[in-house]
Amino acid sequence: MRLISRRALRAAGAYAGLTALAIFTAFPLLWLLSVALRPGGRVFGFPPPLPWPLGMDNFVGVWRTMPIPRFFLNTLIITGVGVGLNLLLCALAAYPLARLRFPGRNLIFFILLSTLMLPSHVGLIVNFVTMTRLHLIDTYAAVILPSAVSVFGIFLLRQQYLSIPQELEDAARIDGASELGLWWRVMLPLIAPGLATLAIFEFVAFWNSFLWPLIVLKSPDKYPLAVGLLYLSGLFGHNTRLIAAGAVMMTVPILVVFLFTQRYFMRGITLGAIR
Amino acid sequence: MAARAASAALPASPARRAVLGLSPRQWRTALIAYLFLLPALALLGLFTFYPVGFGSALSLYQYNLRTLIGAEPLRFIGLDHFRALWGDRFFWIALGNSVKYVLVVPVLQFCSILLAVAVNRRLRGIRWFRAAYYVPVITSMVVVGLIWRWLYEQDGIINGALLGLGLIDRPISWLGNPRLALYSVMFVTFWKGLGYYMVIYLAGLQAISPEYEEAAMMDGAGRWQVFRHVTLPLLRPSILVASTISVIAALKVFEEIYVMTGGGPMFRTQTMLFYIVDVGFQRFDFGYAAALAVVLAAGIMALSALNFAVFRRGGYEAY
Repeated sequence: MRLISRRALRAAGAYAGLTALAIFTAFPLLWLLSVALRPGGRVFGFPPPLPWPLGMDNFVGVWRTMPIPRFFLNTLIITGVGVGLNLLLCALAAYPLARLRFPGRNLIFFILLSTLMLPSHVGLIVNFVTMTRLHLIDTYAAVILPSAVSVFGIFLLRQQYLSIPQELEDAARIDGASELGLWWRVMLPLIAPGLATLAIFEFVAFWNSFLWPLIVLKSPDKYPLAVGLLYLSGLFGHNTRLIAAGAVMMTVPILVVFLFTQRYFMRGITLGAIR
Repeated sequence: MAARAASAALPASPARRAVLGLSPRQWRTALIAYLFLLPALALLGLFTFYPVGFGSALSLYQYNLRTLIGAEPLRFIGLDHFRALWGDRFFWIALGNSVKYVLVVPVLQFCSILLAVAVNRRLRGIRWFRAAYYVPVITSMVVVGLIWRWLYEQDGIINGALLGLGLIDRPISWLGNPRLALYSVMFVTFWKGLGYYMVIYLAGLQAISPEYEEAAMMDGAGRWQVFRHVTLPLLRPSILVASTISVIAALKVFEEIYVMTGGGPMFRTQTMLFYIVDVGFQRFDFGYAAALAVVLAAGIMALSALNFAVFRRGGYEAY
């Protein structure tokens, strides 16, 4: 009897501690939501004003009066094309590295491995020069191209290809499948879990990317949400509620994707970090 | 079975001369392999490898906006940028701030390990707690920066709470006080990073066989002793990976600064990458920015190497 109650007490203590930590990490975001949901009254101060009466006025307001729809569209284009290119190009590049024998394979593998140690910030300056030379400044292409292939993605998918049993490949070859047909019809479906993990990671990376679009985009009607939101907060800094509503709108798609794909996320980080 | 059938079919085809040690069939495979690799290698070559070489070379040239548009010839100036850098007050300020920023790493790693230990147990709903700790990681730094800028306001919630509890008499200017601003921004980095490193350490913890900890418990070790002398040493590979990632991230901090303080007050939050972006894209002095980038790259590599040396050999006890 006593043993059970002590156990229950320990569980309760654990939950209390975990909840306190969850408040620490989630509170700022909940505060943002409450500001966005409250049409009027005080914003700052302590205790935080309760989000009551609830209203969608701020969301409607920011959508109607500010170029948020345009920023959304830009973000969708950049993210969609960026994720698509990563899936395609990484799936193509990883295939021969995992399943074909050819001279130079190990060399290419080590060259790719070395990029993980290269400090990427040097690229900021040179890639800006390159984009100017290619006349791509202020285009979506300039935002997307430097991150259209992720080396992390190539390694992730290579692992997936390696785990496909040889028998499946042999069977397809005997049936006379071409190399491209084999890749497309046999291999790609089998690496779907890896593709899903990569898609989620690249989605978050492109959706949130900030510094590079800030550098190469000049006209505000091409800004993605991250750059556009900060631009708006500079212009309308006094209107905290509208900016907060915009920030919530930028965050919701990421949260929805995350909640449905949590498992892939945790696995992806582990693979990325340890490899 | 199928494999044998395939190789049995080989000798039937007419034997052809090998070229450079490769049979026509091997040549075909190589060609296909490189066609698969071509798009990725081309993009990586242009945007990842070329910048390293050209970027290092650029640090030895006078290269600005006029050079870029062709109004001025490219001029080799040797180590002049690096000499200028030595006497550049703002370079030293930025370097000092970036080095200070690395102080966030040990605190962040220690707390992430504790957090990972806390969520590494079978409890109903633990998945949701992990998710709650992870949410800041996937939230845009712009959104996070805006939120914390508001929370840090003079009449914001943090000052309100501290005043209400009687811990301070006057509101503190968290981002405006030259002594505090950098630490206030570092706290946001800490808050946003916890969940990320937690996942790395959680994977590390789950790879540790429970037998070690159980054996130590049997020998009468307390929970802290088990953590200190069994769990922590076994976690060393994860600590190495996570702290290397964290040091690099701290040296390259940019977005927090840009959103929250813009480098101020009085350059007290101006860090290396912030200064590089300022020189490169406000003043368009690409050559000098490249020289700064080379210095930062050298710093990153040196600290990563140091990190490896510490955690490979002596382990955390060498601290």
